[in-house]
Amino acid sequence: MLGLLKLKFTNPGGVTSLIRPAVIASRCYATGAKEMTVRDALNSALDEEMSADPTVFVMGEEVGEYQGAYKITKGLLDKYGPDRVVDTPITEAGFAGIGVGAAYHGLRPVVEFMTFNFSMQAIDHIINSAAKSNYMSAGQISVPIVFRGPNGAAAGVGAQHSQCYAAWFGSCPGLKVLVPYSSEDARGLLKAAIRDPDPVVFLENELLYGESFPVSAEVLDSSFCLPIGKAKIEREGKDITITAFSKMVSYALQAAEILSKEGISAEVINLRSIRPLDRNTINTSVRKTNRLVTVEEGFPQHGVGAEICASVLEESFEYLDAPVERIAGADVPMPYAANLERLAVPQVEDIVRAAKRACHRSIPMAAVA
Amino acid sequence: VSDVVKEKKVKTTGPASNLLITKEEGLVLYEDMVLGRTFEDMCAQMYYRGKMFGFVHLYNGQEAVSTGFIKLLKQEDSVVSTYRDHVHALSKGVPASAVMSELFGKKTGCCRGQGGSMHMFSKEHNVLGGFAFIGEGIPVATGAAFTSKYKREVLKEADCDHVTLAFFGDGTCNNGQFFECLNMAQLWKLPIVFVVENNLWAIGMSHLRATSDPEIYKKGPAFGMPGVHVDGMDVLKVREVAKEAIGRARRGEGPSLIECETYRFRGHSLADPDELRDAGEKNHYNTRCPIAALKKYIFENNLATEADLKTIDKKIDELIEEAVEFAEASPLPPRSQLLENVFADPKGFGIGPDGKYRCEDPKFTEGTAQV
Repeated sequence: MLGLLKLKFTNPGGVTSLIRPAVIASRCYATGAKEMTVRDALNSALDEEMSADPTVFVMGEEVGEYQGAYKITKGLLDKYGPDRVVDTPITEAGFAGIGVGAAYHGLRPVVEFMTFNFSMQAIDHIINSAAKSNYMSAGQISVPIVFRGPNGAAAGVGAQHSQCYAAWFGSCPGLKVLVPYSSEDARGLLKAAIRDPDPVVFLENELLYGESFPVSAEVLDSSFCLPIGKAKIEREGKDITITAFSKMVSYALQAAEILSKEGISAEVINLRSIRPLDRNTINTSVRKTNRLVTVEEGFPQHGVGAEICASVLEESFEYLDAPVERIAGADVPMPYAANLERLAVPQVEDIVRAAKRACHRSIPMAAVA
Repeated sequence: VSDVVKEKKVKTTGPASNLLITKEEGLVLYEDMVLGRTFEDMCAQMYYRGKMFGFVHLYNGQEAVSTGFIKLLKQEDSVVSTYRDHVHALSKGVPASAVMSELFGKKTGCCRGQGGSMHMFSKEHNVLGGFAFIGEGIPVATGAAFTSKYKREVLKEADCDHVTLAFFGDGTCNNGQFFECLNMAQLWKLPIVFVVENNLWAIGMSHLRATSDPEIYKKGPAFGMPGVHVDGMDVLKVREVAKEAIGRARRGEGPSLIECETYRFRGHSLADPDELRDAGEKNHYNTRCPIAALKKYIFENNLATEADLKTIDKKIDELIEEAVEFAEASPLPPRSQLLENVFADPKGFGIGPDGKYRCEDPKFTEGTAQV
């Protein structure tokens, strides 16, 4: 963990900017006035919720004086003081548990994990004392806590800093798992998560923090809130459905653009919520297009794509014209070398190839290293 | 075996000069300990008759710790415990019938049968569990103490001086979360008391085999808080130490670590054959039963008569009998209860901008399965 801090110091919050999503379906956003980065979206959401409700407080490593390891909590310490923006020692299990205990008594903690890889040190508290408590106590004690932080692969950070936890947390009843993509998602879902009376695991993505997205006036309003458990159709299409979440949505949109030039009209669904999973939207889309490609960054076995496949098979089997294609990260711990890392994470070409396979076009097989 | 852990003399006045308790207090303490003991004995009986199942961990022999500490608390103070939590819940005020039905897995239990022996929760009495993982309750207790301080300083509820007690065993004192919380509690001066129920055994692992320095109370000063060792078989000594520690926390002076050397008369759980503990050790502690000790004190100081205590015994016996009958007669939870209470918000779709649950909006579509 000290290694990560050193890295962050020399590269504070900055990240090599990636290709912006080439097309953003304009009907999804109001006539784009302002642009906002995901980082600012999260910061403003936290700021507004903390100012509206004095029981909301932020806790985590480096959230206060360092202004946040990824600068998400920048400025909050000055505004709200050290009682509400709590710098903790390096004790994930301890402070996650403290957050849960505080939530038992009605405070609304927002616990930041520097990355979700470190949540493994605290996973006992996320699952056993947060997720299960409302059930075990038969509704007496609810846990209005938010665990947030970056999830998934970043750039060259190696095996222990790159795992995607959407599937692990998504399998646990009692948790809500949210995966925002754009600034609108980040603002709306974080506000919904903080106001929610249940434990929410909020999986952000480090590479998206610096990305800018247009935001409408509605999004900037302080009561803006997105529904938990509803996916968003980022781009409409009629030939194939591509589901993705977090960073992979941008890749899916790029793939959809490439596919449209080849005459395949792809519908891109931004899941936004892993638990509850919006099975309705996914199935309605598959019944329309008859083909499905699921895209995720995490490990393939028991992943989010596996759950979506199963759901589609159970509910829309007769509508499928081709087997469901699963795109996931490689079944290996994340390598360090840049070219190997590129192979271990899905790329736009993988999505395009899978879509063409599902549409029964002949395509070359494996990728070139 | 227990001689290795030296007994530090706590500053108490001798019984002859100044009595530590009044008659009323004495009877309250006696009643609470007898309640705990009788309840646990009944649990054992019910388990062997098949009415209770799963993991059941009994508290026989340790009653002095629970009674000594919890009887000094207010309703708003919180208690967090481990899987050996029946008596903590009872001392805090959860009715015996509710605890018994919970153990039987009935709808009328304190958690409607969904928690079980190891997960006793009561919002009304501020019993925050009941955790199966040792050490898990310590950060949760620290969080409850954090809330108390937050309410006083940030939310400006000036009279909020609620104290939290965290009960855990000797095995837990080797766990990382214990040390993490000693650090943070002292760092932020939280109103918590860490109560170690050192019964010298963690299932079959002797404390001395598992710990490099077996004197647990010394770990307190290492973090800057007072560490006190007390004889956990003597409820009056425990009570004196508890008064000081709870008072310290209530005044905002920070946490304390209290090591109560105690002993469990039964095995770790009802499934434990308890073969590793030496018979000589067990006999030694059997002679030091806390209830017998309190009885002796009461008689020696003429605080109450034999008849008074017998009345209490009888009252508790009847109470426990009623609790068993109540639990027996209660219905099992209905099928519909299986999917309830997973989330505090009914279907888990969150709260809309109007502040109401989204799934209650008639236009909202949802795709969850029905049972």
